[in-house]
Amino acid sequence: MTSPANDRRKGSDTAPLLTVDNLTVTFQRRGQEPFRAVDGVSFSVRPGQTVGLVGESGCGKSVTSLAIMGLLPKRGNQVTGTVDYEGTNLLTLSDDDMRDRRGKDIAMVFQDPLSSLNPVIPVGLQVTEVLERHRGIKRKDAMPMAADLLKRVGIPDPNRRIKDYPHQMSGGMRQRALIAIALACAPRLLIADEPTTALDVTIQAQILALLKELVEDTGTALIMITHDLGVVAGLCDEVNVLYGGRIVERGDRHPIFREPRHPYTNGLLGSIPRLDTVGERLTPIPGSVADNLPWDHACAFAPRCSQPVEVCTTNTPTLEESGGRALRCFNPVEVAR
Amino acid sequence: MTNPLKKYGDARKERIDQLAAMSDGSVAVADAGTIEEAPGVSLIASAWRRLRRNPVFLTGLTITTLFIFLAVFARVIAPHDPAIGYLLDKVRPQSNPIPGPEPGFPLGADNVGRDFFSRLIVGSQQTLIVGVFATLFGLTGGLILGILAGATSGWVDSLVMRAVDVMLSIPSLLLALSISALAPRPSQWTLIIAIATVQVPVFARLLRGTMLQQRSSDHVLAARALGIKRSSIVFRHMVPNALGPVIVQATIVLATSIIDAAALSFLGLGNPDDRQPEWGQMLGQAQQFIYDDPHLAFYPAACIIIVALGFTLMGESLREALDPKSRR
Ligand SMILES: Nc1ncnc2c1ncn2[C@@H]1O[C@H](COP(=O)(O)OP(=O)(O)O)[C@@H](O)[C@H]1O
Ligand code: SF4
Ligand SMILES: [Mg+2]
Repeated sequence: MTSPANDRRKGSDTAPLLTVDNLTVTFQRRGQEPFRAVDGVSFSVRPGQTVGLVGESGCGKSVTSLAIMGLLPKRGNQVTGTVDYEGTNLLTLSDDDMRDRRGKDIAMVFQDPLSSLNPVIPVGLQVTEVLERHRGIKRKDAMPMAADLLKRVGIPDPNRRIKDYPHQMSGGMRQRALIAIALACAPRLLIADEPTTALDVTIQAQILALLKELVEDTGTALIMITHDLGVVAGLCDEVNVLYGGRIVERGDRHPIFREPRHPYTNGLLGSIPRLDTVGERLTPIPGSVADNLPWDHACAFAPRCSQPVEVCTTNTPTLEESGGRALRCFNPVEVAR
Repeated sequence: MTNPLKKYGDARKERIDQLAAMSDGSVAVADAGTIEEAPGVSLIASAWRRLRRNPVFLTGLTITTLFIFLAVFARVIAPHDPAIGYLLDKVRPQSNPIPGPEPGFPLGADNVGRDFFSRLIVGSQQTLIVGVFATLFGLTGGLILGILAGATSGWVDSLVMRAVDVMLSIPSLLLALSISALAPRPSQWTLIIAIATVQVPVFARLLRGTMLQQRSSDHVLAARALGIKRSSIVFRHMVPNALGPVIVQATIVLATSIIDAAALSFLGLGNPDDRQPEWGQMLGQAQQFIYDDPHLAFYPAACIIIVALGFTLMGESLREALDPKSRR
């Protein structure tokens, strides 16, 4: 539920903070055809907006986020397109310039909170490290700030907890600490790559609520990456559905949930548990990404699609924009009226 | 075609890589998290908690502690000066070359009348010095090469690792022997350098392996995502987490350096001055009396074995404690 004030702040007239345009990541594989993990992905995020990237495992979500952050391996892949951050193409920045921006302008929260923390450094020092790095604050002065940050993400007794090693914290608390570290330098954009996947269901809800609260308080733009449409439902303003490295459907949260047009989105919605359909069988999408056709001359989803038509296996559907939504499908789901 | 040197080298590489693969320290620590612990407890404390219940580790620890204590205070503990032939007048080359035990000289004397018991005790000093310095130098060299190879990639890495692999394929004692034979005058320092050189490639390969694991770890990716400087990534985020197996290896290496040092001294490649006793050297000198006075060989040999065993027990239980697969 967004308040009118929020709507105004992230109104569509504000210029985007980040614009990803035609991003393509190709992995060279020894003795095999090159593999396009991300294939012409475009989307944008405005200040204060939360944009979801949703899709099954392997559809290219993490590769997209790593490409934006400039964290893909140096060798073995090719990144094309542009990632425009307020007029600067991040993809053409030098290593040093990009390093100066990471953690300061753009930060990231990863999936596994335990392995994402350095096991031999107390959590407090991992917070002060970023403050020292980007804001030139001395460790002594950064310590109380670290405690404040931990308190802000809901870690009780922060003055004691800053001395804890990661293994002394619970999973939820670790993820809170990682969020505190990511937000320490008040970045304007946060990328959260499956931030709740490794957590218990009850903790998941808490972490999502925390993220929502923080981005709303600070006006941070958020790219929320998940395979779980349920996560997107409560958090995102806009949803991008990825399949096989391409965006197949985009729209604001409510229209997407109310009337999904792409058969894949529809299938994803059919496979999340809902309160109002308790007891009904969930219908997972049949098959797996291994069945994909190449996008070059077909719809990659065709082998798993519930309503393919002939042209689906001979032509590539294009992403058509209309009325604030985008759709890549020859035979979209009928809108029930 | 099977080349025995290649086979030997491959076997050693495999063992090192196993050690590198078994743990990056963080895994072991992560597991320890299931035990409820007070905040602020350090990682070393939680590793110690696991180890102090392990009888094998405690045995090793006891032996090594006793040995180190003995070596450090050898001059105080030894009842006599190991260089003075107190019982020289009892040595009769024809009838009685080795004076037997008598009051004040519990193990008798050697062939020039020096107190054998005191020589054994003081001999621990040289053994400790050679073992510790050889390991330290080997570790330092290995750390430098390993960090260099593991932190960079490309030609530096390839060059270092090619050299390391060549050295690994030469049997270690043979290599140490050749190096110390090159020295114009043998001394304990040529011994130390020879043995250290042999350990350098072992530590280098080990550390490179654990550094590479760290480089692809989640927490290093997370640190890179925060824009942390490259030097901090290497020295704060990679090296400390890569050291676990290296510590284990260092303990095991102490055992092998002690044995190697004894072997080289035995062959006369150690300190030639026998006023400063050393177990391997004593063992070498005992050869000529082996039929009539085997105890002269037995005691230094037993000392070498016990001390090497102590370090091995300690090293192997450390290895086990760090290995997530072998831990219950
Ligand atoms: N470094 C890499 N080299 C080769 N292929 C990769 C690499 N990283 C990811 N991929 C491939 O790219 C595809 C997308 O991966 P990813 O973005 O991690 O998926 P997800 O949407 O689950 O985050 C997968 O098929 C994966 O195998
Ligand atoms: S293009 Fe065809 S195969 Fe692809 S989703 Fe639409 S209907 Fe299904
Ligand atoms: Mg992923």
